[in-house]
Amino acid sequence: MVSPARNGTRPVERGPADAVWAPQGRYEQVREGLRAYRMIAAMWIRSTMAYRASFAMTAFGNFAATALDFAAILLMFSQVDRLGGYSLPEVAFLYGVSGTAFGFADLAFGSMDRLGRRVRDGTLDTLLVRPAPVLAQVAADRFALRRLGRITQGLLVLGYAVAVLDVSWTPLKVLMIPLMLLSGGVIFAAVFVGGAAFQFVAQDASEVQNSFTYGGSTLLQYPPTVFATELLRGVTFVFPIAFVNWLPALYVLGRPYPLDLPTWVAFAPPLVAAVCCVPAGLAWRAGLRSYRSTGS
Amino acid sequence: MDNEDADLILLDRVEKVFEVRRRTGFLRAERRQVRAVDSLSFSVRRGEMVGYIGPNGAGKSTTVKMLTGILTPSGGRLRVAGIDPSRERTRLARRIGVVFGQRTTLWWDLPLIDSYRLMHRMYRIPDGRYRENLDRCVELLDLGDLLDVPVRQLSLGQRMRGDIAAALLHDPEVLYLDEPTIGLDVISKARVREFLRDLNAERGTTVLLTTHDLTDIEQLCRRVMVIDHGRLVYDGSPAGLHEVGESERTLVVDLERELPPIEAEPARVVKVEGPRQWLAFPASESAAPLVARIAARYPLVDLSVREPDIEAVISRMYAGRAVS
Repeated sequence: MVSPARNGTRPVERGPADAVWAPQGRYEQVREGLRAYRMIAAMWIRSTMAYRASFAMTAFGNFAATALDFAAILLMFSQVDRLGGYSLPEVAFLYGVSGTAFGFADLAFGSMDRLGRRVRDGTLDTLLVRPAPVLAQVAADRFALRRLGRITQGLLVLGYAVAVLDVSWTPLKVLMIPLMLLSGGVIFAAVFVGGAAFQFVAQDASEVQNSFTYGGSTLLQYPPTVFATELLRGVTFVFPIAFVNWLPALYVLGRPYPLDLPTWVAFAPPLVAAVCCVPAGLAWRAGLRSYRSTGS
Repeated sequence: MDNEDADLILLDRVEKVFEVRRRTGFLRAERRQVRAVDSLSFSVRRGEMVGYIGPNGAGKSTTVKMLTGILTPSGGRLRVAGIDPSRERTRLARRIGVVFGQRTTLWWDLPLIDSYRLMHRMYRIPDGRYRENLDRCVELLDLGDLLDVPVRQLSLGQRMRGDIAAALLHDPEVLYLDEPTIGLDVISKARVREFLRDLNAERGTTVLLTTHDLTDIEQLCRRVMVIDHGRLVYDGSPAGLHEVGESERTLVVDLERELPPIEAEPARVVKVEGPRQWLAFPASESAAPLVARIAARYPLVDLSVREPDIEAVISRMYAGRAVS
């Protein structure tokens, strides 16, 4: 082997910028992630706002497409008075909560179903060489404010339901609404992250993910009484999206609980949401680790 | 001699083993281990500009991915600027620049300048430094008219220049370039090479360059490393590579009509196809006198010189070694 011919080298002159800032620990990492998310999302918003007419149209399209879901429910109620024993305002309440909560998660994490494609074409590597957590970069990619269309529509239906529902509102029941929206959003977000993590392994799985996210939110738009007990058990104990709206909403509506569950489960959503984040986070880390040990 | 600061990049018996699963039947898969990088050791000092070459699948990209922290090595020790890339990926990211020839690190749908603004904030580049670096890159890489163009509308050469600028805004100590001239036209290639040469000379940025184009190496690097089957098979000057590999250039000659094979020492005819003939001659020889001799004796219509490609040089290197 020939010995290397070496260049005459000169030390790199480095100024104050070299006090290289490095995140330490879990908390710093989360903060760094949020910072990167904010920056990337802001850039996408600025870029979509450059074409306001186009933004307005796509946002309206998003609104209209989701509104069709509810139109289907209205159509059903034009033929029957009750659906699984539930009146129109009650179903609207379920629909509004589920739609809005899902809308929040979709707004924040909806881009994650593109991860499989990034793994396939190798563009994930370009995110790994940037000084920001990959999860934040993937989630914020193509951040689309048009998804506010779904949230708007959900909130409108929810507003209608609250206005016409025949419920004696107590402070606790009122408090339940933001609690459900927030916890529900987090639960769906965990599903988005977990689904994306699965795409590290199975790169064509974005449709599987969609069946859990979009499918899950559609499921919750109908009263639990129209579904089989096995399904209810599944979405309560295994894939706990029942905590997004069914269980807490039944408390608000004063309805009996499915599966003989105690009343206190109505207040479990924040806890369930927090617990959901753990497997989602672990799955994400495992997925990323497996990618970094095998590559694309 | 061996101090950590002088050796900006340090690999000590680094390995990367992939497990490849191949489907052999319904639900049945065969597991096979592939050693992409096999006990690889080398070091690169601050300010060096090193070519890193090898045939497809030799382990070049795998090495670069380990050096940038994308992939975790299966064994051995690896340090870049004193940092273990796989453990402190984001800390390292602030100190290195990466250009993937085939994939852009820019945001595809956004104007070039938006990507730069984002880099500015994401890398926490001080404002003055950012302005200075951006202005310099814009001027030297001729990006002025492209800043407001969405990246997807840029030509390959324009995009490559945009990518190189993006990798340099935060003053990286090391710049990795993976096939930086692939698919570029002659003018773009020349511009990119000139820029890299200046960067290395003026700023002392350490550059590691993988390429298929030997001209890149010859024009830019004083040191070249050749990797094959995950092992380092050559580490030395580009000129030495030709000696070891006894590489040949090819002169393609178009004559006015079909003629018997041209006789012109030291070249020999390797192929004849109608009026077109292919002559091989040692890469160390100058083409000019050879062309002059042929032009004096044969009715020439056109000619071109082809540089030896890396695969050929390397395969000859093996052949040469087997004989000696």
